[in-house]
Amino acid sequence: MTYLTKLVAAAAVGVIALGGTASAQTKTLDTVKQRGSLSCGVNIGLAGFSQPDDKGNWTGLDVDYCKAIAAAVFGDPGKVKYVPTTAKERFTALQSGEIDVLVRNTTWTIARDSSLGLIFAGVNYYDGQGFMVKKSIGVKSAKELNGATVCVQTGTTTELNLADYFKANNMTYKPVVFEKLDETVQAYLAGRCDVYTTDQSGLYSIRVQQPKPDDHLVLPEIISKEPLGPSVRQGDDQWLTIVKWVHYALINAEEAGVTQANVGEMLNSTNPDIKRLLGKDGELGKGIGVSNDFVANIVKAVGNYGEVFERNVGSGSRLKIDRGLNKLWNKGGIQYAPPLR
Amino acid sequence: MAVVTSDRGRRQATQANFLYRPEVRQVIYQVVLVVLLVAFFYTLVHNTAANLRKQNIASGFDFVDRTAGFDVSQALIAFDSSRTYGRAFLVGLLNTLLVAGLGVVVATILGFIIGIARLSRNWLIARLATVYVEVIRNVPPLLQLFFWYFAVLKALPPPRQSLSVPGGGFLNVRGLYLPAPVPEAGFEIVALTMLIGIIAAAAVYVWARRRQRLTGQQFPVLWTSLALLIGLPLLVHLMLGSPLAFEYPELKGFNFQGGMVLQPEFLALLLGLSIYTASYIAEIVRAGIQGVSKGQKEAALAIGLSQGQSLRLVVIPQAMRIIIPPLTSQFLNLTKNSSLAVAIGYPDLVSVWSGTVLNQTGQAVEVILVTMCVFLAISLVTSAFMNWFNRRMALVER
Repeated sequence: MTYLTKLVAAAAVGVIALGGTASAQTKTLDTVKQRGSLSCGVNIGLAGFSQPDDKGNWTGLDVDYCKAIAAAVFGDPGKVKYVPTTAKERFTALQSGEIDVLVRNTTWTIARDSSLGLIFAGVNYYDGQGFMVKKSIGVKSAKELNGATVCVQTGTTTELNLADYFKANNMTYKPVVFEKLDETVQAYLAGRCDVYTTDQSGLYSIRVQQPKPDDHLVLPEIISKEPLGPSVRQGDDQWLTIVKWVHYALINAEEAGVTQANVGEMLNSTNPDIKRLLGKDGELGKGIGVSNDFVANIVKAVGNYGEVFERNVGSGSRLKIDRGLNKLWNKGGIQYAPPLR
Repeated sequence: MAVVTSDRGRRQATQANFLYRPEVRQVIYQVVLVVLLVAFFYTLVHNTAANLRKQNIASGFDFVDRTAGFDVSQALIAFDSSRTYGRAFLVGLLNTLLVAGLGVVVATILGFIIGIARLSRNWLIARLATVYVEVIRNVPPLLQLFFWYFAVLKALPPPRQSLSVPGGGFLNVRGLYLPAPVPEAGFEIVALTMLIGIIAAAAVYVWARRRQRLTGQQFPVLWTSLALLIGLPLLVHLMLGSPLAFEYPELKGFNFQGGMVLQPEFLALLLGLSIYTASYIAEIVRAGIQGVSKGQKEAALAIGLSQGQSLRLVVIPQAMRIIIPPLTSQFLNLTKNSSLAVAIGYPDLVSVWSGTVLNQTGQAVEVILVTMCVFLAISLVTSAFMNWFNRRMALVER
């Protein structure tokens, strides 16, 4: 029986060894550097936020954030591997380590900060949930939607806000829930639903993709707060700080008037604020684990926050969304960043 | 010295013998396998739990009692956003069972018809059945579901231009609206007569079979049963002054209100799954019938049975023995394929539970584990039932 005892012992050792290796955790920044690229979770296709073009190049507001993070870490915005995720898969992809950061028009809520093991790094787009209807049904306000059938995507805060809104206004509705955006929109267009609901930015994005955008009306009511932003795994403060400051860098660059076009000459500026921002002065980047000129790299790659916004969803895009809340704090909006000093 | 050596040698020999004895080896191998399996699963569970804890991800099953906060379009039991996640699970489970159960029935009927049609001596019918089988069997089920869903949706009119269905129903892009029966006082008696009718019909069937076996005399079982099952309750129903009202659907606001509705998602899923699985069942049925030796049919015809009778009384009962085992796996396939519902918005278990609930709670491990266990349980129950049925149909050797 000694043979057996030996085997059991060997098995036990094996178990301990397995348990030991699997629980070891490495820093995200080191993993990213070792891999040589950033694995960035994005939407599988939402015009203005993240969408691949016919050549497979990704564009959009969220995509520019991926590029900005890569520019900060590597000095090269091209070192990104885009991982398209559905609303349902996104958190699991982040939790499991398949992606390093999730930038997928995802709403920041307390439930997501507490029970999902992830943490939000900031708000890159202040949004709110709205409704879109076909003009032909003659509805002008969300208050007239009693008894309507509503198409909605699963696994979103949208699904919950919808239930709350109709309940609060003593109205009834029928939800039709799909996993993917495409099917949700197809069902709405086919007339299965009277209403399509998601964040207003999403509604505008869908509307502009239709052959006749004017047939559809986005109702004026905004029924929820939807602060969308990038999120990372909990327990890695260094990585969280990097993602956070990439966002702040974009905003601070806009505030300082540094743009993609003038960043080259700005590098020779004598203004102490600009010198600090672009890394000519001080050791601000080193402290968070990236190069000192990370802000300059980001702006060279994608421009400042205002440029990113206007190019993807604002006046420079087909979506033509008004900047509204997303203006800088000193221009009437609420986008505000702590100072770089 | 010599004594010691020989003693050690003998001990080694017996030790070797002991380890080489087949019954000992058998035990050792089994024990080792069990230990390794236990160790593997322990590591898996322990590791998962530890990692979830470390990453600050909630675990456990406390969430099933929490308020769901979302609505579901089709629920067989009362459900709204103030109910719990646990209740949402039941809603999804019942929807899965509904579509799988009906799908199995429809697919079986359709499959038998087409399987028999493939063997028809009518050239056109046989070829049509072949085309059906070859086309349907070779297109992925998900595509078929999309086809049925979006083709049907696009073909149907909006609510305000609904097609009327005879008897007060309506058909539009939102589904098939039918009058809902509303029982009134006295309807319990009708229901009771229906129950009595069923029992009586079963009794007649058993009695008639026994009589035929003993005396050879036949009894018109079909007509008697129909009279008992339909005639009797209908008579009582009329005598009591029709205690059953109907609530008719009416166009109010955006949609029809009242009555009952079969949603397009449900219809498309049922249609898609049944048609797809029927093509496999048809092949199984054909193979089963062809597997019965030709002599059996010739003998049946020789003793004066008609074509239909020989098929019904001689060929099919024997073919069933070949058909049932592969038929079971088709039933299981259909049940598992019902999880494709999530693609076309039918609120089945996968859509409601491992879709919405998983996302609102973020507890992927628990939710997926439960889903897998449920599908496993449904499949095991189905196969247990089919195995029992198979034993009953097996050739009784006298």
